[in-house]
This record gives sequence, C-alpha cells and structure tokens, in this order.
Amino acid sequence: MKAALPLAEHFEAGLSAPICLTWELTYACNLACRHCLSSSGRRDPGELSTGEAKAVIDELAQMQVFYVNVGGGEPTIRADFWEIVDYAVARRVGVKFSTNGSRINPDSAHRIAASDYLDVQISLDGATAAVNDDVRGAGSFATAVAALERLAAAGVDGFKLSVVCTRRNLGQLDDFKALADRYGAQLRLTRLRPAGRGAEVWDELRPTAEQQRDLYLWLLDHGEQVLTGDSFFHLGGYGEALPGLNLCGAGRVVCLIDPVGDVYACPFAIHESFLAGNVRAPGGFTAVWRESALFQSLREPQAAGACSSCSAFDVCRGGCMAAKFFTGLPLAGPDPECVKGHGQAALAGVEAGSIPRPSPDHSRVRFSRRRPDRWCDEGPLAGAGVAVSAR
Amino acid sequence: MIPLGPDRAMTAVLDRPLAVAPEVSVRPEPFGALLYHFGTRRLSVLKDPRLLSVIEALSDAPTARAACAAAGVTEGALASFEDALQRLVAGGMLQERGL
Ligand code: SF4
Ligand code: SF4
Repeated sequence: MKAALPLAEHFEAGLSAPICLTWELTYACNLACRHCLSSSGRRDPGELSTGEAKAVIDELAQMQVFYVNVGGGEPTIRADFWEIVDYAVARRVGVKFSTNGSRINPDSAHRIAASDYLDVQISLDGATAAVNDDVRGAGSFATAVAALERLAAAGVDGFKLSVVCTRRNLGQLDDFKALADRYGAQLRLTRLRPAGRGAEVWDELRPTAEQQRDLYLWLLDHGEQVLTGDSFFHLGGYGEALPGLNLCGAGRVVCLIDPVGDVYACPFAIHESFLAGNVRAPGGFTAVWRESALFQSLREPQAAGACSSCSAFDVCRGGCMAAKFFTGLPLAGPDPECVKGHGQAALAGVEAGSIPRPSPDHSRVRFSRRRPDRWCDEGPLAGAGVAVSAR
Repeated sequence: MIPLGPDRAMTAVLDRPLAVAPEVSVRPEPFGALLYHFGTRRLSVLKDPRLLSVIEALSDAPTARAACAAAGVTEGALASFEDALQRLVAGGMLQERGL
C-alpha cells in the first residue's frame, strides 16, 4: 500500500525509536572481493564486546525497535554471532542478517526456519554467473545459489534475495524475479548509492536514464511483490508514487550502528557530517537517538532548494541525502539521479576534488573502507512492507 | 453460499473478543502507533491515538465494541473504527481471543 503524504510528514518529524536499524557487527570478512580496498580481513580492535552488544540490544528492546539489519563484513564470522542473535530474539528484537552465503550450513538454515524473528538475505548482483561474478568475484554466483538451495531445503520461507540495481543487471529483472520465486524467496531491489564502496563504481555502474525509466515501469507492474524500502522514491518523479517508503528516513526512521558503536544517520551516510554519537557514551543509544543535535536537526523541516518549485516534489522529495552528499551536491536540491535531469546538470558544476570521501577518521579508515558488502547493502527499510491504516 | 454483506462483516468484527496477535509488537508514537508483525514482517501505521486506546482496551473487553466504548469512541465515529479493526484483523495484526 502507498504511504500517504501526511504519514511521510509524521515520519519526517522523527519516531520515538527507529523502526529498524542497520548494525554492522564487524568489518571482518572471509572473502576477498575484487572491489575491496584493503587486503585486511581483520576485525577492528575497538569492536563492541559481547557484553556491550547485549547492552545495546537491551536498549533496543526497551525502545521497541522492531528489528535490526545485521551486516558488515561477514557477520557470522564473529564467534559470538549466534549468542548475540539469540539474545536479541529472546527480547523480541528481530534480526535480519546479510551474508554472502558461504557460511549458511544446514544447521543455521534450520535455525532460521524455526524462528519468526530471524530472517536472512543473500546478495546477488547478476541473475547469471557471468554478470554476477564480474562484480562479486569468481564463484560467488554458485556460492549464493547453493545458499538459496540450502535455505529452501530447510523450509525457510520468504527469505530475501537482494539485488543492487546496476547498469549491468537491470536487463535481468524478470530473471531475478524468477530466481527468487524458484526458491520461495522474496526479491529485494535496491538502489546503488554513491556511498562507501558504491562511490568507486557509481559512475560506471549506475543505471542509465533509460534504464531508470524502465525500472520505474517494471516497479509499477511488480512493486507489490518486491521489496524496495526507500530505494526508489526519487523515481516517483516520473509520475506516480511507487510502493515502498517514500521518504528519506535518515535519523528519523532508521540509522546505523557501526562495529565500534558509532551511530550514523543512515547506512549510506558514513561520514563525520552524519555522525550522531556513540553507544558507549552516557545515555547509550537511546540518548543518541532522542537527543543528538544532528538527529534533532534532521527532524526539522528541510530546505528543498531548487526542488521546491518542482511538480514532482510531493513524491520525490528531492531524493536521497546520501546520494547528494557523496556526489558533492547540495542537500537542498535535486538528487544526482533526478528523473527530470536536474541532477545531471548539477553534477556538471561540481568541482573535481570537492567530493567528500567516506569516513575521514584516519584512525579507523583502514577498517571503515573495508566493507565488502557495503555497496551491495540494502536500503535500511527494505524489509518492511508498510500498510497504512486510515486511523 | 450466503454472501456476507458489508453489514454482517462489520457487525462480526465489533462483536468478537479481540486481542493483539502474539507475533505483533505495538509501539505508541505521538501520532498514534506502529504495529509490526514478526511473522508477516509487515508494518502498520495507526494514525489516530484513539485507535491505540481501543487496541490497548481489547484484552480486557468482552468485545471490540466494548473496547471502543471504553476508549471513548462515540457512536458516530464507530464505523470508521470498525473499518480499521477489520483491516487489522485481515492483516493478522489482531485476532479473535482464544484462537
Ligand atoms: S539511503 Fe538516502 S534516502 Fe535512504 S535514509 Fe539514507 S540518505 Fe535517506
Ligand atoms: S527536481 Fe528535485 S523534486 Fe523534482 S524530480 Fe528532480 S530531484 Fe525530484
């Protein structure tokens, strides 16, 4: 169902707690993907301990955060991964975790099948090995498909097959849908954002204008059956609002906690400009969410700049804050992929060298830039179908 | 088959004893509430704090109608609350007690 505008306004004013949040438990990973900038697969020594992670979960339970998207490097690499998951589930905090599939065994598949509170997502970047492996590395298609098989065989229903839409794979939408259907999975399509690792491949892989238009038409036809979270509300500029959450939820509906406990406005906004605080500080996560100056300011009405005179503003709302920020565009103004072409024009005016880099904190840059699944991550709300009750 | 008219469907929901489904978490918000169903993984937004009061009153009320009365819903407003409750039942957010 479509979210009516007044609802977007309620959400933009901020919620008492996030609906969901992304929690990167570790940046360590067992794979070495082609686009990975560092050869290190080590964990950050400052990572939250098991006890600290549990304290965060206590807060999330208290605030009634419905679920966390656990990602990072490969989260199952943490020795205490299942301990943390069990702790969350016992407190009715749902856990959806992203994995490259290499560590999904029959045991974990059965575990996932047995709980309403556990959900898993397997990422693919192509519906064929040729398209996928070119981006994610040789053999990764086979690994992911083997994980899909194991999950289906264990009786897991409705797990997610997550695809970041790129220039290379947008011709395969029907194939992705068929692949998901074959394993009883739900297809999730998300936007390639120029943040994190996406920054390096954005120019090369972002959809063409024609592909964006085709994607919009495809989503009009199939949008109720696929999850898109907040990925494509900027495509509403073509005419109709698409199913999904049609607003930027950064710091209002969603946020990100990184492995060392830093809280950012959204998983695609990892930069000190969007750093709200740390869960280790007094008051913990709750104080960051409710009181940080950054989040308070994001919940104020935002200037729309050139978008304010646009006929599509009610649905498009100027697009994605992170996409603008990491392409050097003003936050008050059009999205770089504005369907009316205003973003393209604005990009032409951005001076080379003035584009912000992710995570300027040099003490951590080695770890922060090492995020194998970062640009393949999903929109923060991509798991929630939103139904709106008139009352 | 006897067709169920809209009247009968609405009467049915109001006269049933209802409860929030066990897989559902209800979170109050300034504008009303958010309901999240862990089984279907769907989110419902209640944009009226009175509907939250009705839902909170359900488990102590013999029927949904009584819960509405306890939450101060007037006769004139009842129809729209029926609609909302009906939708929440259809979506699995609410269910009949004892089921
Ligand atoms: S991804 Fe973009 S649109 Fe979504 S919350 Fe982050 S900044 Fe907003
Ligand atoms: S001008 Fe702004 S509001 Fe209009 S379509 Fe472009 S990004 Fe969206």
